[in-house]
Amino acid sequence: MSEARPSPATAPDGVASRRSARLTALDATHRALGATMTDFAGWDMPLRYGSERDEHVAVRTRAGLFDLSHMGELTVTGPQAADLLDFALVGNIGKLAAGRARYTMICQEDGGILDDLIVYRLADQEYMVVANASNAQVVLDALTARQAGFDAAVRDDRDAYALLAVQGPESAGIVQSLTDADLDGLKYYAGLPGTVAGVSALIARTGYTGEDGFELFVRPADAVALWEALTEAGKDAGLVPCGLSCRDTLRLEAGMPLYGNELSTSLTPFDAGLGRVVKFEKAGNEGRFVGREALAAAAERAEQNPPRKLVGLIAEGRRVPRAGYPVVDAEGTAIGTVTSGAPSPTLGKPIAMAYVDAAHAEPGTKGVAVDIRGKHEAYEVVALPFYKREK
Amino acid sequence: MSNPQQLRYSKEHEWLSAAEDGVSTVGITEHAANALGDVVFAQLPEVGDTVTAGESCGELESTKSVSDLYSPVDGEVTEINEDVVADPSLVNSAPFEGGWLFKVKLSGEPENLLSADEYTAFTAG
Repeated sequence: MSEARPSPATAPDGVASRRSARLTALDATHRALGATMTDFAGWDMPLRYGSERDEHVAVRTRAGLFDLSHMGELTVTGPQAADLLDFALVGNIGKLAAGRARYTMICQEDGGILDDLIVYRLADQEYMVVANASNAQVVLDALTARQAGFDAAVRDDRDAYALLAVQGPESAGIVQSLTDADLDGLKYYAGLPGTVAGVSALIARTGYTGEDGFELFVRPADAVALWEALTEAGKDAGLVPCGLSCRDTLRLEAGMPLYGNELSTSLTPFDAGLGRVVKFEKAGNEGRFVGREALAAAAERAEQNPPRKLVGLIAEGRRVPRAGYPVVDAEGTAIGTVTSGAPSPTLGKPIAMAYVDAAHAEPGTKGVAVDIRGKHEAYEVVALPFYKREK
Repeated sequence: MSNPQQLRYSKEHEWLSAAEDGVSTVGITEHAANALGDVVFAQLPEVGDTVTAGESCGELESTKSVSDLYSPVDGEVTEINEDVVADPSLVNSAPFEGGWLFKVKLSGEPENLLSADEYTAFTAG
């Protein structure tokens, strides 16, 4: 047996790779739980604790507990913090109310996506920008370069935080049992400072699973105590520890892009079907922001003559499409490329996201197949997401 | 994780039972099943297929990847495990028992296979 197509997320980690990998504050906890570890963006992270499928189902039906300490937290402060972020990012960050969060992106001058981000406005002159682990340095460098001329400071807080996430329909009850904070009043995409299980935390109602959930930013020294308190509080509700493998299938079902798969510097937000995150009407800097001209042209192209569209594909058979596999039409002509694929525990079939020529991107388009190692397997084109929770 | 003493093992992580009437059973080891994660689809050889030691004769799909299944021995496939085709999770839950993959009528002596102790040492390295 051998991997026909090894993927970095499944490479058995050798002793050598552990020596150089960064460890989260919960490393000993993961090992005690018997986690299968994997290298992810230079971090040694839990891939799964037992069955990734069971972990996925737990998040969809009950609750899951994740260590996401590899994510990159950057803090932006100062009188012109809002103006700096309006200039550096594509969103209307100045308009964000204190205590709220926003999904946004940071682009190059040519409109290419450097990273997708969540920005939390903690106070009038204080923001936390959360970047993907693999891009944290790139984002820090870009923000630092773009800070010139603004009365604002960019601080690397990657080592200042551990990040625990509780995701799933039971998550609100579990977190509420450990805090006096008013979670009923905490809307999706809001965040507030508080105390959970006696630990100081930024409590955010955000996530990457398609479920209700919370992300808790805490000091690394408090991570183990909080993990243990959440594990105990979630026992009766069926909370289980969850690794990065199920995080990937959860976000895929929810139609959420992953940087490096659906997003890259060679694509603009408009190419990725996420043009809505780009706000051309901004108060700060007379509307100037990095990438504006290129993005305006990209918006025009997407309107008039979109080259390819990001679509969902659902298998009719049982073979799983993987990133990089060609999408073909009935004649076998290449019409696109798979960016993410996995067996979907919720749908019970393989699913994928793919960039497909606009002519074949309408949901219900017939004759679309994925070239799976030389065999053309039939797939149904659907609109994203594959899964939407009932609110 | 213990590897049954009565089996022999390949470096590609397949196991082979002792032949009864010239027929051996083939599966993947617990070590391999754990490395794969949840198996969701098993593409097995067909009854009557000729398999060759060290050559691919099928595929196992898991959440994260697809792996080639190699035959540990030369021979002809006499039976495949329909239970695994219907429920691939058997490969994870019982790799040495109910999760066996196919049976093969040997056409030659198995070569270069490891004993249980040798395989245990090989996977510990």
